[in-house]
Amino acid sequence: MKWDFTSVFANTDALLAGAAGTLRIFAICLVLGLSLGLVVGLGRYARTWWFYLPATAFVEFFRNTPVLVQILWFYFALPMLLPFEISPLMAASLGISLNSAAFSAEIYRAGIQSIDRGQWDGARALGMRWAQAMRRIVLPQAIKRMLPALTNRAIEIFKMTTLASAVAYVELLQQGKLIASLNYNPIEAYTAVAVIFLVFLWPLVQFTYVLERRLKRDE
Amino acid sequence: MSLLRVTGLTKRFGTNEVLRSIDLEVRQGERIAILGASGSGKSSLLRCLNFMELPTAGVIELDGQPLGRERRPGERIYRESELTQVRQRIGMVFQQFNLFPHMTAVGNVMEGLRTVRRMPKPAARIRAEAELKRVGLGDKADAYPAHLSGGQKQRVAIARALAMDPEMLLFDEPTSALDPELVGEVLGVIRNLADEGRTMLLVTHELGFAYHVATRVIFLADGTIHESGTPDEVLKNPRQERTRAFLASHKQYSL
Amino acid sequence: MAYQWDFTPVLANAPLLAQGLLNTLKVTGTSLVFGLALGLALALLRLSSRRTFAWPAGLVIEVFRTTPPLVQLFWFFFALPLLVGIEMTAFMAAVVTFSIQSAAFFAEVFRGGIVSIERGQWDGARAIGMNHGQALRRIVLPQAVKRMIPAFMERAIELMKTTTLVATISYADLLFAANEIAQKTFRPLETFTVAALIYFVVIFAFSLVARQFERRLAVSGESTVR
Repeated sequence: MKWDFTSVFANTDALLAGAAGTLRIFAICLVLGLSLGLVVGLGRYARTWWFYLPATAFVEFFRNTPVLVQILWFYFALPMLLPFEISPLMAASLGISLNSAAFSAEIYRAGIQSIDRGQWDGARALGMRWAQAMRRIVLPQAIKRMLPALTNRAIEIFKMTTLASAVAYVELLQQGKLIASLNYNPIEAYTAVAVIFLVFLWPLVQFTYVLERRLKRDE
Repeated sequence: MSLLRVTGLTKRFGTNEVLRSIDLEVRQGERIAILGASGSGKSSLLRCLNFMELPTAGVIELDGQPLGRERRPGERIYRESELTQVRQRIGMVFQQFNLFPHMTAVGNVMEGLRTVRRMPKPAARIRAEAELKRVGLGDKADAYPAHLSGGQKQRVAIARALAMDPEMLLFDEPTSALDPELVGEVLGVIRNLADEGRTMLLVTHELGFAYHVATRVIFLADGTIHESGTPDEVLKNPRQERTRAFLASHKQYSL
Repeated sequence: MAYQWDFTPVLANAPLLAQGLLNTLKVTGTSLVFGLALGLALALLRLSSRRTFAWPAGLVIEVFRTTPPLVQLFWFFFALPLLVGIEMTAFMAAVVTFSIQSAAFFAEVFRGGIVSIERGQWDGARAIGMNHGQALRRIVLPQAVKRMIPAFMERAIELMKTTTLVATISYADLLFAANEIAQKTFRPLETFTVAALIYFVVIFAFSLVARQFERRLAVSGESTVR
């Protein structure tokens, strides 16, 4: 068996389209997942039941079911209840974003809880409202502690985008499949896809190590 | 007229009653030292006065205005906007300073002015620098709390409280977390505030400081005011057995 | 127009779902056993003072933690058999992929647990004449494993969720069975909802056990590693 990457290089266009698709769905899920996660995380921290209970149910459900099941549910099942079709991008984005929101919610909650009670005292003694204390005093400090975990979450989201290929969304792995089946070169095609993911994610992973070390040093 | 009047203040945590129907009146310019063993409720009393803890029962009046409104007999509810107003008028200084570590010294002092008072940044900065100068830290404006000594941190915390122009100051064991050699600089700042005629309540173990600075001393035990009077009465000639026992056990803080 | 829910077609295919769940558990369990053993080996290699052992182990760990599991699965299913000239069933490819992948994560848990044991324990073991392997087996690992249990359980839960990927290479796990039934009965809403609920019940139950365990360790003052 001889490795021969010429047929992969001949399909650079397809891979570029795949990379664009991967980056697009990654950006969507990153923004949606992390911002929705903040709302849910605040709910997990809230003392009012009408905020706490739905947030907790959301977190438990989406953390305890596989994300691929969620994506397929949104793609095949949800349209039965809706008057319109769900595109592969929508289904995959919904599944990955909601799943990531549930995981990042727990990161936010833990980060907020890790802030010393005295910080709330200090803020409230100045006459700040709850929201002001949260925004000006607690969140800025909590974000710093949460940064390594949130970066890890971003990496997980990037890896999860490959699942969008299960609903035939055009991203890197999907294009790898296409190239492999057109050229009968699965070895080179899938190795190339794996290497592309390494190139994207390796620096991010190293970056989280730096963040973790810095945090350990600062605390 | 009294600045603050407390009637029947009771605070329970679950089944644990830490304050039992306390009555207290604070007049303009008074300096009240609150003494008591740990667990006597002195911190809770202070924290109820600016509603960091909500009283379980009782009425607190500020400038003759009762705070909150009665929902059921003996039970009051408070709006957050009312409490944030009260806290701007009653400043608080904590044992553990509670400085904001992500802001510089001057940033800490500006924070209340900017976020709560909505003061423009340049004006807040000028005001904050003046307050830092007043506590002797004019040169530390841009230092982060992590680079300040305990005594300097506590002085920044005092400047932070002063910047809000409080009508009254609450000190919750302001020197208890400090190394002995740093206690003096903080007490010096508090004494200057006393000389300016500020109204203050001070929970402390520094009996000598209480004796020289306070206009009135209160001894708290089991959540009630056990003895109250001038420093001479309470600290030199206590009438109650428990006050005497407490003072005897705090001999290391001589008058 | 409101959708008319009808679960009878799904119920009629319950045996298919049950077989799927069984297969899901089979892949999870097999990968877990291999993953733990391989993970310990990787951790020990990585902790080795010899660079010729530590470095390749570190590389394997990093590569398998960094690349998406679905890419790994496709590689092992479509590429590896051609590369080495063997037949590979979907089950085999799944077990190989998920064993190595979870081994990479388990290795970091093992490593964290082992380095969390204070030096004095090694000293004490060596002082009574134990060699490195004896000290590790008799003194350090028994203490470390207890701290690692919550992280192991969390990882096992992640593994069970990851096994759904085998459906994409047509191994008849629970998700694949659901997909089959949905296409056969034209009832995707009911089928996928039931499948999701089955996953939720199994995984949530396991999560509760894991949390209970973690709480008990926390109560007894035992520290844990992540």
